[in-house]
Amino acid sequence: MRADNVVKRFGSREALRGVSFEAAAGDRVAVIGPNGAGKTTLLSILAGISRPDEGEVSSTNGEVGWVPQQAALYRRLTVEENLLLFARLEGHEDPRGSAEEMLELTGLRERRGEIVARLSGGNQQRINIAIGLLSRPAVLLLDEPSVGLDPRQRSRLWEFVSALADRGTTVIFSTHDIQEAERYGGRLLVLADGEALFDGPPEELRAAVRREAPEAADRDFETAFVAYLHHRGH
Amino acid sequence: MRGVRWLLLKDLQILRRSPLQAVLLVAYPILIAVLVGFAISRGPEKPRVAFLNEVPTGTRITVGGAQLPAANVKGRICGRVECVFVADRAEAEDKVRSGDALAALILPADLVNKINSLSTLTPGVPEVEVLVNEENAVKAELVDDRITSLLAQANLAVARRIGAEGGRYLDLIVNGGEFKALGGSFHILGLRTSAKILEAVTPALPKSLQPPLREVTNFAAQARDNLDVAKPLIARLAQPIAVDKVVVGGESPPLEIFAIAVAATFTLAFVVVLLVAGSLALEREENAFPRLTRGLVSSGGLLGEKMLLGVAVGLVVTLLMLFGMQFFVPLELSRIGLWLVAILFSGAALGAAGAALGAAAREVRAVSLLAFMVTLPIAFLSLVPSGAVSPAVFDAIRYATALFPFKPALQAITAALDETGPGIGGPLVHLAILAFAYAAIARLALRRFTAV
Repeated sequence: MRADNVVKRFGSREALRGVSFEAAAGDRVAVIGPNGAGKTTLLSILAGISRPDEGEVSSTNGEVGWVPQQAALYRRLTVEENLLLFARLEGHEDPRGSAEEMLELTGLRERRGEIVARLSGGNQQRINIAIGLLSRPAVLLLDEPSVGLDPRQRSRLWEFVSALADRGTTVIFSTHDIQEAERYGGRLLVLADGEALFDGPPEELRAAVRREAPEAADRDFETAFVAYLHHRGH
Repeated sequence: MRGVRWLLLKDLQILRRSPLQAVLLVAYPILIAVLVGFAISRGPEKPRVAFLNEVPTGTRITVGGAQLPAANVKGRICGRVECVFVADRAEAEDKVRSGDALAALILPADLVNKINSLSTLTPGVPEVEVLVNEENAVKAELVDDRITSLLAQANLAVARRIGAEGGRYLDLIVNGGEFKALGGSFHILGLRTSAKILEAVTPALPKSLQPPLREVTNFAAQARDNLDVAKPLIARLAQPIAVDKVVVGGESPPLEIFAIAVAATFTLAFVVVLLVAGSLALEREENAFPRLTRGLVSSGGLLGEKMLLGVAVGLVVTLLMLFGMQFFVPLELSRIGLWLVAILFSGAALGAAGAALGAAAREVRAVSLLAFMVTLPIAFLSLVPSGAVSPAVFDAIRYATALFPFKPALQAITAALDETGPGIGGPLVHLAILAFAYAAIARLALRRFTAV
């Protein structure tokens, strides 16, 4: 997946100011930054939901799966009915087989007949991700997937996502949780005020903090990150 | 198209999963519709009126010494109102004060004598007494209207009888005959016979007496001719102004057919608008809208699916309602083809309006409230007849209601139910234009929300 000099404006406000980056198969890119940095806008553009005012986005490797921040599924249908519906809408030749596969993948086979509204937020998010995976995408975009999940659910979610990346899926996710980004993101894309400040592995961000804000270099990753942003004028 | 089928199935599954909401969605508009239809079709209730007749039994109105036949005043009054017979004035007052009767009508003992005095040198003023309890303005207005109308009818009946008797007397004066009065029978010669006798005897009289006698003969002939002309005039006096009703426009259907059409349109409007607006808002409330429109189904396809859902459910509910009504008011089942056309066109226009509303809000609750806030007043405004408000206000109402599909839907369904009414073509064209216009607005609104 590739983004070239993407600009997005809402009225006079520039939400994205010429953001460029690339992600290869199996990459896990964490998009981080303060509120209003442009994370969701960038993911919406990568997902094709929103159009950039300038610049281009391209995916050379097939479908792009998208998992919105809030579960996009029907809470009055069962787990299986949701998966079947989206498999049919995707035009799968064997929608039941695809739904079975996703039930297996999410570990929700036993709860297939339950109404989604009665499931925990974590399980709803697993179905949300499973629906995003139904198109068997080469690139999976997740907008703050761990919001509202308890630590155990978060851990299971990231195990699941990591397994996908290990199988060659490009995973791009946004998060507010810096520790999570450091732990599960192979690369970090730091956005602030619509500008891409950093693109590289967590260790490189540490090195950058050491260079630009040495007073925070030995602190925890989140404190170091905040000092880095401060040093860069954000 | 494939996506539309699965989305339709999904919406029906969701409806089935929410039986309470589905029942409310159907039951509530039917309840409103039946109430409105009932209110419209039901004629004004006969008000309960306490009735006290103090006129002595057997007292009759006399004209020129002759008694008029009994006018059956009690029967005439009690045919127009529900009479509650009371024994005296105090009971009449109690009935009115307690609200058991809307008013009391008292015919005083001297009423007939005073009517009889009208043909004497000392005429009295015949009066009836009306007791009312004007506890609220509507009741006061109703009593005034009913009692005034009742007395006008009574006056008309008495005047007709007096006029008829007057005509009979004139006939006697002109043509002669037997006159019965005061228990006896008198022979009246009449002007016609008098003139013949005078003409016969004139030649036998001295010549000096003949000219004045001819003047008397001429007068008798003139009087006879003029009194003949006066007879219809006296008949007209009872009702000088006759009513000649000419319908110049707005062919109205029978009241019960119109009431059924109103009930059916209410049901269709609420079911379709609420269902389409609600189900479209649900896609956004469940955050499914962006996921669906990311290539799974176009926004036009999604709108079409919601309109199809609304029209299908609206069609079933409205047809069930019409078939239910069939038990109370016979409908022309041979016109079912036109029913279907009217319901489909109305459903499409109402569905498009519902889609425009649904596209304007994110939450089902907000959309439901909005749908009620828009549909209910428009529906009631559509029932306001011309003349009920000032011309300027009526024009404003006419333009406002023409912008929403309720009124043309009502006209189309009325035309479909009533074979004697105006044609269905105009309302169908109106509905088609509104369907396209609202669908375009809905698409624009959805595009605005999609472009985040």
